[in-house]
Amino acid sequence: MPLTQEITNRLKQIVGSGNVLTNREDLIPYSFDGTAALQCMPDCIVFARSTEEVAAVLRLANTASLPVVTRGSGTGLSGGSVPCPDGLVLCLTKMGRILEVDKANLTLLAEAGATTQAISDAALQAGLFYPPDPGSMKISTIGGNVAENSGGLRGLKYGVTRNYVMGLEVVLADGETVWTGNKCVKDVAGYTLRDLFIGSEGTLGVITKVLLKLIPVPPARQTLLAVFSQMDQAAQTVSDIIAAQIIPCTLEFLDRTTIKCVEDFAKVGLPLDCEALLLMETDGHPAAVQEEASRMAEIARENGSTDVRIARDQAEATRLSTARRSAFSALARLSPTTILEDATVPRSELATMIRFVQATALKYQLRIGTFGHMGDGNLHPTFLTDERNKDEMHRVEQAFEAIFAEALRLGGTITGEHGIGLSKKSFLPKAVGDAQMRVMRELRHALDPKGILNPGKMFD
Amino acid sequence: MAQSAPVDSRPSHLKGLDYSVLQQCMHCGLCLPTCPTYDATKTERHSPRGRISLMRAIADDRLEVTRVFADEMYFCLGCLACMTACPAGVNYAELFEHARAEVEETRLLSSPRRNLIRLIAIRWLFMDLQRLELVGRLIRLYQELGLQGLLRRSGLLRLLPKRLQELEALTPKIQPRFTADLVGQVTPALGPRKYRVAFLSGCAQDLIFSDINRDTVEVLARNGCEVFTPHDQHCCGSLHAHNGEWELAKILARKQIDQFPPEEFDAIISNAGGCGSHLKHYEKILKDDLKYRDRARLWDRKLKDIHEWIAAIGLHPPHTGHPMTVTYHESCHLAHGQKIVQQPRDLLRMIPNLRLVELAESSWCCGSAGIYNLVQPEMADQLLHRKLGHIRSTGACTVASANPGCLLQLINGARKEGLALRVVHPVTMLAEAYRQEGCPG
Repeated sequence: MPLTQEITNRLKQIVGSGNVLTNREDLIPYSFDGTAALQCMPDCIVFARSTEEVAAVLRLANTASLPVVTRGSGTGLSGGSVPCPDGLVLCLTKMGRILEVDKANLTLLAEAGATTQAISDAALQAGLFYPPDPGSMKISTIGGNVAENSGGLRGLKYGVTRNYVMGLEVVLADGETVWTGNKCVKDVAGYTLRDLFIGSEGTLGVITKVLLKLIPVPPARQTLLAVFSQMDQAAQTVSDIIAAQIIPCTLEFLDRTTIKCVEDFAKVGLPLDCEALLLMETDGHPAAVQEEASRMAEIARENGSTDVRIARDQAEATRLSTARRSAFSALARLSPTTILEDATVPRSELATMIRFVQATALKYQLRIGTFGHMGDGNLHPTFLTDERNKDEMHRVEQAFEAIFAEALRLGGTITGEHGIGLSKKSFLPKAVGDAQMRVMRELRHALDPKGILNPGKMFD
Repeated sequence: MAQSAPVDSRPSHLKGLDYSVLQQCMHCGLCLPTCPTYDATKTERHSPRGRISLMRAIADDRLEVTRVFADEMYFCLGCLACMTACPAGVNYAELFEHARAEVEETRLLSSPRRNLIRLIAIRWLFMDLQRLELVGRLIRLYQELGLQGLLRRSGLLRLLPKRLQELEALTPKIQPRFTADLVGQVTPALGPRKYRVAFLSGCAQDLIFSDINRDTVEVLARNGCEVFTPHDQHCCGSLHAHNGEWELAKILARKQIDQFPPEEFDAIISNAGGCGSHLKHYEKILKDDLKYRDRARLWDRKLKDIHEWIAAIGLHPPHTGHPMTVTYHESCHLAHGQKIVQQPRDLLRMIPNLRLVELAESSWCCGSAGIYNLVQPEMADQLLHRKLGHIRSTGACTVASANPGCLLQLINGARKEGLALRVVHPVTMLAEAYRQEGCPG
């Protein structure tokens, strides 16, 4: 049902007229998120400032069968927060308070619109650590992180967002508010509904508050940069490090194309005359860090690394990881449209996958930059293209189909951390199979019988 | 480019742009946390990627140039913090100037008051600096005769509309002597001459901060530069380009190149962050001018910010200096426009006994932004207040900054908030240290 003047007026009554935007000039900037080549005009943008306002908006939308797309900062990479036709965008960026840091229980409670950076800073201020660090952490919101179950550079040792969510406040499609989870380390009372909402991409409810687990700050940290003249060597180094039972916090990979773009932007002194770089970071007890760092350097050299550099200090280490975080956007320097994927494979299959990605780019005559969280088996092959070139875009689609099929064949997945959203919707049934698709559909229908929450995303 | 032709025949800046400049933005959102207007509103329209999406919509014929769009382009500070943050290398400065030019051509913001102000300021005062100087002399007279104090005390000013009262309070103190009275046309190098440079004395800078110009010339001479400072200089055109007056900006660029033939100097020096950021892009402005294009390219190469130049030739370190604690506020167009971040800090650290304390959010706009504080006082005041708060928490009694707009904004802000703060150009601190040690023997 399209948005009527009456509904707009009622929305204004709920959140205040300044928090309802319907001007074309206001809608266009909300017609996309961080995903390339996806766009849809919303009818209306609504900023909620409290859980009560979110609940009231959902009650109204549910009664009127109005599609609602929940959005934080709109940095998602699978089109999860791209608006639906004739729908409203419920924006939570004005709900950004950090409500509590509980040093006795090592938890942090924040509103969904708080940025990942603000949470990380608040934790550090209390002498604690919130590890998940997605590439867009400076602006991405924690609500979005939970809804997408975001990963980041430290996933290898510290896991992803899911591993830090202890509790959630969620407003259901009909406007009812539920709390799931608590500050207890152990809790087996009933189904763990909290886990159901993590990674639900805004299709099961609207997350309004997040209770997070914090951990002690690792006392020491060492960052290394290993240079390789062949991509295989980097992949093998990663496999060998894992096989040697070393779990560093970061094992990031960059290929030649990505290195050049990142260096152009960040100017951190990356070597430009190599085929691949591994950014490795270990943290923990100083003695363990020392030992792991030298062991990793050794493994890299054994695999043919021409140079292993050690970051002089924390400032240089931060510069390197910040530079790495810019990789995806920096690749946009080379072409009008930058489309990335996040096929993920078991780590033993990395070298095979890297070779396949290269061969696929060659086969479909596409320019590609590859980087990613190699320690997690999570690669980001990124095609550098132009959305106006229909023929090339078609080849990009074919290449992705081939890459996804290969990832699945190797026992991997079509998305490690970006989600299904719109862009990988058509690949989901193949990845999870009929039975899982049926259960997911039934779950979604049970929680959102009218189908107002992010319709058209993940699956129809 | 396979871009469809513009629908109407009106010259369109945005549609005429190379489409790849617009397409460069992949809307990843990494600009959002660095944009002061987004930070204050949390609304995408007031963000860099939001503004670019509107520009692209216009280029694609999905949106007309509307009043809302026009207002948005003037709500943007043009601080260019987004350009520092953007990994994709989007040239926001270029997009923004074209968008404002488009707004001016459509006359959507046209009103008798705005037109008059633009006529006087952009088309009259800053097209011929002798006129500006004359106005400066009149204001100086008004201030020197005590009329300003008298009027302020008399309460008569309260009869003015509130906005005019606020503007009157912002009237800067005009210097007793302008640059031409303080600096000769040619200042010889102290010691052997190693370089021959030209110095651009600026427009507002010349009236309000002629002492900084004198200090700049002294510092250059002290470091082996013979300095050419003609007395009848022109405006660089930055004000014009930032306010959508491309044609006037071109005229002024040509005048500059004529007055300072780039072939004749080792460097052409600017000491104002905002001007320098514009002055370094004459090639782009004159790209269609066959006669000037090549010299504009050479000009761009020779144009150096004072800190950049001094760092490149190797600063002669002063031997002595008063003990003091200083913090450094970055001019947006020096930091984001020219990417000069380290050199001013290094210069300050070279001064003996000077302790430099880092300022939180040092490159976050202070709200001056050219004439933004005059036309968007609410947002400008918010930013100024935020800036002064950070300055306060450094505990420093001196803040250094390298742009006349910032200096004025901080001086006015400190006065308004009752903060005892010395606001000074880094070069002045260096010149003072040199003076303290006396002339080299």
